[in-house]
Order: sequence, then C-alpha cells, then structure tokens
Amino acid sequence: MEPVLELRGLTKNYGAHRAVDGVSLTFERGGFYSLLGPSGCGKTTTLRMIGGFETPDGGEILLDGRSIAALRPWERDVSTVFQSYALFPHLTAVENVAFGLRERRAPNARERAMEALALVELAEKSARIPAQLSGGEKQRVALARSLVLQPKVLLLDEPLAALDPKLRKQMRAELKAMQRRTGITFLLVTHDQEEAMSLSDKLAVMNQGRIEQFASPEETWLRPATRFAAGFLGAVNWFGATGVRPEVTYADREQPSSNEAGNGARRAVVESTLFLGNRLHVHVRCESGESAVAEVARGREFADGESVWLWWNSADEMRFE
Amino acid sequence: MKLRSWFLLPARVWMALFFAAPLAIIGAYSFLTRGDYGGVEYPWTIESYARLADPLYLAILWRSLWIAGLSTAICVAMGFPLALFISRAGKRKNLYLQLVLLPFWTSFLVRTYAWLFILRDTGLINTILSALHIIKSPLPLLYNDGAVLLGLVYSFLPFFVLPMYATLERLDPALAEAAADLGAPPWRTLWRVVIPVSKPGIIAGAVLVFIPCLGAYLTPDLLGGGKSVMLGNLVQNQFTTARDWPFGSAASLVLMLASAILLVLLTTRRETKGLL
Amino acid sequence: MKKRALGIYAALALVFLHLPLAVLVVFSFNQGRFTVWEGLSLHWYSAALSDPQLAEGLLNSVIIAIVASVLATVIGTMAAYGMWKRSARVLEGGMLLSLVTPEIVTGVSLLALFQWAFRFLHLHLGMYTVIIAHVAFSIAYVMIVVSARLRGLDRSLEEAAMDLGAGPWRAFFRVTLPGILPAVIAAALLALVVSFDDYVITSLVAGVDSETLPMVIYAMARRGVSPIVNAVSALILVLFGALIVLAERLREQ
Repeated sequence: MEPVLELRGLTKNYGAHRAVDGVSLTFERGGFYSLLGPSGCGKTTTLRMIGGFETPDGGEILLDGRSIAALRPWERDVSTVFQSYALFPHLTAVENVAFGLRERRAPNARERAMEALALVELAEKSARIPAQLSGGEKQRVALARSLVLQPKVLLLDEPLAALDPKLRKQMRAELKAMQRRTGITFLLVTHDQEEAMSLSDKLAVMNQGRIEQFASPEETWLRPATRFAAGFLGAVNWFGATGVRPEVTYADREQPSSNEAGNGARRAVVESTLFLGNRLHVHVRCESGESAVAEVARGREFADGESVWLWWNSADEMRFE
Repeated sequence: MKLRSWFLLPARVWMALFFAAPLAIIGAYSFLTRGDYGGVEYPWTIESYARLADPLYLAILWRSLWIAGLSTAICVAMGFPLALFISRAGKRKNLYLQLVLLPFWTSFLVRTYAWLFILRDTGLINTILSALHIIKSPLPLLYNDGAVLLGLVYSFLPFFVLPMYATLERLDPALAEAAADLGAPPWRTLWRVVIPVSKPGIIAGAVLVFIPCLGAYLTPDLLGGGKSVMLGNLVQNQFTTARDWPFGSAASLVLMLASAILLVLLTTRRETKGLL
Repeated sequence: MKKRALGIYAALALVFLHLPLAVLVVFSFNQGRFTVWEGLSLHWYSAALSDPQLAEGLLNSVIIAIVASVLATVIGTMAAYGMWKRSARVLEGGMLLSLVTPEIVTGVSLLALFQWAFRFLHLHLGMYTVIIAHVAFSIAYVMIVVSARLRGLDRSLEEAAMDLGAGPWRAFFRVTLPGILPAVIAAALLALVVSFDDYVITSLVAGVDSETLPMVIYAMARRGVSPIVNAVSALILVLFGALIVLAERLREQ
C-alpha cells in the first residue's frame, strides 16, 4: 500500500530567498504528523503547497501516488483548517460545515453537516453565526467543516495558536481523539514543540527550509539528529559539542561517584533557583565557564552563590560534530 | 474641557448660519406663496407640495429616480469588478487606485464638458462614424436620457470604486482560500462568499452614488439640454427663470429628504457604519 | 484564466475613465475648430490665455479659492481637533449632511438666506457671498481629512506635554499641530480644488461682477463649439492633477 502523501524535493523561492529547500517526506495513511519549526522555517509554506495555495518551484507532491502539484485547491482531495479558522461570517455554523458538501452537490448536505457538528459537540449551536461563537467553538466548526468532506489528508495550520493556554491543552486531547476516531491522516504545522510531541506519531523538525529530522517524538527527543533539533525540542545544556538535557542533569553538594558521573562531575556556582511545582530548576555557572540548568526534585534547597557539583550520565549525552 | 468647546465654536457658528439656517428658510418658504416679483409672501399654504403631485412634475421626479437608480446599478456592475481587480493587484494596488481616482479629482465641469465634446453632432463619435461612412447624418447622441446616464456613470464611478475597494481590501484572504479548499472554483467563491460578505460595502457605495445622482444638476443641464429634466434642474429653474421660490423650495425639500433618509439608513445600520 | 479576464476588463474600465479627458486634451492642440484633425497648433491656448473674460474669471476664482480655503481649513481643523477628544454628534452629523446635500439645494438655500438678509442689510451678492458659500461646503471636507489623521495620532503625546508643564493651547500648537500639519495642508489643497471647481453653488450666489472661471467656461460650453474650452480644460486638468497629487503625497506622510 503506497503512502497517502509523499513530498519529493519540494522547493519554493521568494525572490532570492529559498523558503522551502528540497523537502522530502512520506506520510502513511491514518497517522498524525507534525511539521515543527520556528517562524520563517518554511513549514506553513510547505503546508500551503500541499493545499494548493502556493505553487512549488520544484519537486513533486503525490497524493495516493498521483501527482497533484498541477491541481487547483478545489480539485485536491485534501482539506485545510486555517489558523484564523476562516469561517464564513455570513453563514451559520451548520451552513459553514455544509459548504463543501453543497459544492459537491452531495445529497443530505444539511443532515451530514449536523452529524459532523454533533461529532465536535456543537450540535446545539448549529444556528449561530461565527461572531456568536467562542474561539474554541470556531475551531471546532472549522474542523468539522473540513472533516465532513473526508479528505485524504487534513492539513492544520497552527490551529491552536489563537487559543489561551488552558483551552489549548484541552483542544489538543480532542484533536488527537478526533484523528483516532476518523482515521484520517492529520498533518499539523506548529512552532510549539510540546504540541507536536504530544500529538504526533512522527514529527518533522524544520529549519530554514530544510528537514532536520523526521522521526517519532521519542526518537527526536532522545536522539536528535542535529544541534538545532536538540535545542528546538527542549532545553539543552551545552558543553562544547556535547549537550545534555536539564531533566537528566544533576546537581548536589556532595561529589558523585565515578560510576554515576560518566565523564566526570564539575564544580559550579548556583546563580538562581526557580520553583516549578514538583521540581526545581537550578541555574548554575560552571567553573569551566558554561551556564547550565539542573532539574532537581522538590524538597532540596540551594542558596544563591553556593558551590555544587554538576554531573550527568554519559548515556544521556547528545554529541554533535 | 473648555478648550474643546472653543475649537468647535467657529464650525458650529458657520454651519448654523450658512447651512442649517438656509435650509430652515427654504423649508419655511416651501409653505408660503409666490410673490409677484419673485421672492415669497404670505399666506401659508401647502399648494407647492400639492403641485408636485402634478403629472408633469411627477414625471420629473420619476425620471430622476430611474436615472439615478440605473446610474447606480451600472456603477455597481462596472465598479465591483474594477474594485476587485485593484484589491488583488498586490504591489500595484495604490497605483491603480490613483489611476481610477485621478480623473475624479479633476474638474467636474471639465469632465462633463468632455462628453459634450465627444457626443455632440460635430463631436468625435459622429465625426469618426461619418468618416468611416457608417452614417450619413449625425446621430443625436446628446440631449437625451442616455447621455445624462453616461455622464453620471462617468462622473460617479469612482465614488463607488473607492468604498468598494476599501471593503474588499479588508476582506480576510483566508475566506476565499477556505472556499477554494472546500471545493469552490473561483466564480463560485465570488458568488457564495466574496459578494455576500462584502454586501455592506456594496450598499454603502451604491448609496454614495445614488444620492448625488438623484440631486444632479450640471450633468442633466449640459448633457440633457432641456430634454432630460431632473429634480435638480427643476429646482434651479424655479429659483431663477420661473421665480417660483415656494415651489422650488418644496422640490428642494423633497430632494433633501430623500438624501437625508438614505444617509441615516447608511450610518445607523451597524454593518455600514464608518463612511471614512 | 479568470485573472486575465479581470485584468482586461480593468484596463477597459480605466480607458473609459481616462479617454474622454485625453480626447479633450488632444483636440486642444487641433488647428481646426471641430473634431476633424487639421494639424497641430497652439493657437487655442494663446486665445485662451488672452481672453479677458477668462482672465477675469481666473483671477476671481483664485482669490475666492485662496480665501475660502484658508478659512475653511482653519475652521475645519479646529472642528476636527475639537471632535477628536469629545464627540460632537450634532456638528458631525450636520457636516456629513452637508456633504450629502445636493449642491443645487445648498445653492438655492444660501441664495434664499442672502436675499432675505439683504432686505435688512442693504447689500448685494458679490465675491464675499461666494466665499461664504464655499467655506460652508468645504469645512466638511477639511474635517474629514484632518480627523482621519488625528485618529492615527497618539493621544498620550498631548498628555505627556501637559504633564511636562504645557497648557492645553500650547500642547495643541507645539505637539498636535505639527503632527497633523501634512494633513492640514492636504486638506487646504483639497478645499482649494473644491472651491476652484465649483459651478452650481457659485452660479447662484455670485454677483454680477464676480464671475468665476467655471462660470465663464460654462457659458462658453453652452454657446457652442469652442476649442478654447478644450485648451482651458487641459490647463485646469494639469493644475488640479498637480494639486491633488501633492495633497495625496502630504496625506501619506
């Protein structure tokens, strides 16, 4: 069975600036994928090329094995959930959802739209216009509007970015559940690494138009392919070409044994301590000059200016050239 | 703060003296009787308004309405695609906008005269047509309703394009993309999304064209001769040649009222607020 | 595909808008009197520039336009500023109404006012009545242009000035006015153009000795074919065009 979506050497230039530089990715049917990267890395441009809103300057886009790069957006069997939701302000929620069905002259458009709204738990607000809906509700209507068409791939452009943090976490769970329930392939674009890691089966880390790594969240976290990927997915303590995550960096007044300490512990001075609930982040300045953060369990206490030992397991090291 | 009141004072005085008071005066005049040597005199009467119901004058009112209406419809039909084009023109948006507005900001009189020059018996069109031997004698292109229509559309098209462009420009581009994404080809997107969403702009633009067209004077005067009399011409005539000020005042009030009603409708409907 | 069609339409529409004026200008250089081309000539321009009626009309128009523009700009700017912080709905509504009122109605109503007043004041129509009328209808234009600029201005600038010791008048003159100056000048130019071009209202309230340029042109246009009008029109087009472009540049600043 061929992959549902394949990108081969996709390129897009804006004048002299290469926004997308030879992106090649393969997406299997039924998976939840993410394109993760900072603003300007080309992830949204890539998504828009798949959706048909930008024309690639090079490369191929294959949907179920067929090239779709020449097709216009209304001819493609993919659907996009826009960052601003783009709900039609003059139509009610149910008419918004029914829009695509009506374009296809599908029978029972309204019933199917109501079913889709029920799926996102908004059936009772079907007669509301977008101005009367909250941000989260608008997001769900936009989702239903795309899902009801059962596209081969659902493209989501930072769909949760406009929501406040608490709502965002809630919507994440709903999004994941929706994907599992419908079995449709989701491709999410985001700059929030926590979002990408918690939702995806596989995520692609993008930087300056190129894919740095395309792997499962666990793989990318533990064994990042590049320095950039390491730094983007989480905090890193850098010691030259070696990096260690604060979560697995230890600090104590007593010197650790050589078994524990791997490459050797070093002395450091505490600069500040941040309380984060169940754990503390201890910011230190090493004798060798680097600053680092050690994550320590709640209950310990360090005074500013105190001298401590800093160490980690060599197995937790990330080495780059 | 008191300073604000001082700043508003000159405008308040000037508008009161030279806008409100004059209107009040002709309002009063419309209920008076015509004087022997022009001007007005007692008694109070509604005779002027009654006279407006005369078929002769109703015909003028009717002509003003349908010419203004048709001009507006044409301006909308011509202006919408033009505004659409400009809103999609990317970097050259401003250039095209200036090109549309430039003729508008030059002399109204000159622009009307230009059509006189082109349409008259010895004008450009007739000259070209007879040079090509398509016609033997000149076509009477001038001094009819059609010429007035042409002149009005020409003069007020930019009046529609500007607010229409402003509305289309503010339209969220994602809406059109979403429609395309959901399966609508471009003309369906236009019909199902762009036009309905920009309806307030269309209405606002239409009213902005209709009002001056209704009260047009110079255009029907120059391009319509005596053959295409609109309300504006009637008013002017009554205040000068015919010297029937009460009647002219009544006609003015009717014109004023129509314009004011439309303006109020425009500014109080929540969708079309913000003329500027 | 559709974009191409729209582009072609737009081009045609722009041609429609500009062609009549282009025709006017082209034929102002025609040797002949009618629309049959008889060769290039500037004699209509020299005729126009040496016509005494046109010269007098021009002079009157210039004087009226400058005076009316200055007055309207001052009054309108003050009104815009006053309305900036505190809404004056009646005044604002009145101004909008004045913009929408048909010119013929404004004209006859002012005529009625003057004639009524003259019974007591023993005066006649003249240049000053034209100026009064022009100011009356220009104030609204000035107010709109300056208001638009004021809306983009940071209110806290004036407050900062007052916090530092400037009284309200000084705050206006030293802080706000410089900030809106381009818009004020643009508004003045707009008022200038609007006044210069007015025919309808002017024709009703002008005295016998205060014929303006539009009035002269109108009379000529009514009388019959005369490319002198073409020449004058071309000159006016250039003048207005320049003024408006200048005003736009200032507004964008």
